[in-house]
Amino acid sequence: MTPRHWAVLLALLAAAAIGALGLRAGTAGSDAARRFFRHPTAAFAVGVLLFFVLIAVCAPLVAPYDPSAQLEIVQLQNRPPSWMHPLGTDLYSRDLLSRLVFGARVSLAVGTLAMLVAVSLGAVVGLLAGYFRRWMDGVLMRLVDVGLAVPRIFLLLIAVSLWSQLPLAILVLTIGLTGWFATSRLVRAEVLSRRELAYVDAARALGAPPARVILRHVLPNAVAPLIVSAALGIGSVMLLEASLSFLGIGVAPPTPSWGNMIADGKEQIATAPWTTLSPGLAIVLVVMALNAVGDALRDALDPRREAT
Amino acid sequence: MTAWLVRRCAAAIAIVFAVVTLTFLLIHLAPGTPFVPSDERVLDPAVVDGLRRQFGLDRPLGVQYVRYVVALLHGDPGYSFSLRRPIGEVLATTVPNTLLLSGAALAIDFLLGAAIGLYQAARARHRADVVLGNATLFLYSVPTFWLGLVLVLVFGQHLAWFPVGGDRNPVLYPSLSLLGRLGDRAWHLALPALTLGLVGAGGTARFQRAALLEVAGQDFIRTARAKGLHERRIWLVHTLRNALLPLITLFGLALPFLLTGAVLIETVFSWPGMGKLAADAIFTRDYPVVTAAALLASVMVVLGSLVADVLYSVADPRIRLGKGGARA
Repeated sequence: MTPRHWAVLLALLAAAAIGALGLRAGTAGSDAARRFFRHPTAAFAVGVLLFFVLIAVCAPLVAPYDPSAQLEIVQLQNRPPSWMHPLGTDLYSRDLLSRLVFGARVSLAVGTLAMLVAVSLGAVVGLLAGYFRRWMDGVLMRLVDVGLAVPRIFLLLIAVSLWSQLPLAILVLTIGLTGWFATSRLVRAEVLSRRELAYVDAARALGAPPARVILRHVLPNAVAPLIVSAALGIGSVMLLEASLSFLGIGVAPPTPSWGNMIADGKEQIATAPWTTLSPGLAIVLVVMALNAVGDALRDALDPRREAT
Repeated sequence: MTAWLVRRCAAAIAIVFAVVTLTFLLIHLAPGTPFVPSDERVLDPAVVDGLRRQFGLDRPLGVQYVRYVVALLHGDPGYSFSLRRPIGEVLATTVPNTLLLSGAALAIDFLLGAAIGLYQAARARHRADVVLGNATLFLYSVPTFWLGLVLVLVFGQHLAWFPVGGDRNPVLYPSLSLLGRLGDRAWHLALPALTLGLVGAGGTARFQRAALLEVAGQDFIRTARAKGLHERRIWLVHTLRNALLPLITLFGLALPFLLTGAVLIETVFSWPGMGKLAADAIFTRDYPVVTAAALLASVMVVLGSLVADVLYSVADPRIRLGKGGARA
């Protein structure tokens, strides 16, 4: 860790704080933004998220070492935090800060991408079931019933075990493909209540094809709950990825993810607790921030809701 | 009500059957095969073929499926390749442990969660509410297994108040008296149940607080306050009773959460339950065990939501089941 790395780290921290405060000041005119930032933790949460995203993007600038490099297996094994290694080193003498920074890339990317898969699939299924009803609704919703009946981790245990060394893209896809059930119900309910409204009837009466009615008139009104469930979804996917990596079937080593960093450290929890504490705290911070933003978004996007 | 119950049970059975088919198909698509270990140990192909024939794995997939379903209907979930024991026997020893852990966690989850939610709602937007709100947000966001590790570190390693793993003292247990045995089990149960219960309580409290505040904004509460009723009575009798309904919904959702948590927590605490069994079985490609665990977990989930639906209809006379399709 050189002064240059410290400087970059501090600069990113400052940028995140300025970004969050700037966002609050810049949007002060809008009603939705005012409802959003009325939450006491919202601005802080936005800052935390910005900070971790910046760190993930600028990973090579922040990380003082190669995240997979075993620096000095005798001298630097399980060293506590120091100026050279601010978060310490792990069992294989790898620098934990570097792993945490590059792990942010993997964990955030897996969380975001898998959420996108899940939410878009859930939206499509919900729209189809809610708009066309009849057999389409019946078939799709029975499928959702089955999907919701199996606790997700068991589904994932089975699905993930189909590969011996899991490619990251497959991990993202399996998490996404097992996570859309609840979203589709949410969207379906929203569509069912919208499709009976007069303006949708009017669009149909004017001869608009179903695709146009769905995309132009029904979907935009179902977007608010989708955004909220997306914000909350990233957090739950990150927890899931961490859980799978912890069980040894998620992100394959030596690629660092916050989950497999905890898994690497769990055997030394008594002698080198810093190896498990820092990645765990990173997950907690980011997921808390995501949940806080989700809560604030829910109020911001729904003017009828009182702030609770 | 009876007609509704019959239809609801039929749907539950159909769902479980679909889960059986789904897991069977998924697991038989796996490229790995049992009896061929992933490491360098080489097995004579003739031996592998013999084993495959012995377990019926050489038959067409359709035949295997029919055999599997028929056996399941006779209460036989199959034979564990890696443990070399009937799965029924294995489950009989592991499931009670999981139920014990989940039951204790569920009690902590709901008692603590509902209490915190009530306290927060009664002091909404005051300092205590904000502090507790951040605490429940933390519990709601923390990875279960990581919290388990931290609790082990603090209470198991440093303070040494509780054991770091297992479900009983492996040496002393057989020589203990009945009371001693119970105490020993409870002592081992404390940390894993607390971890799982705390994480659940975070979600329950958030949910309960929102439900209470929604009720508290309604007219009859204002009436009660206008009548000059005591604040305590308004919250405990008028508001809480009406906010119990969402809690029943939450109960139906708690089972998948607890079983998921059990997989992780049982691994952290070496708790000999169904979740650890399933997680271990993944690595040996012992698919009958994984399928059986997934199946049993789904049966519990389906039963849980069935119970929640029935409780809901009992608790809320406004809901008439099976009429007008109010709740499908």
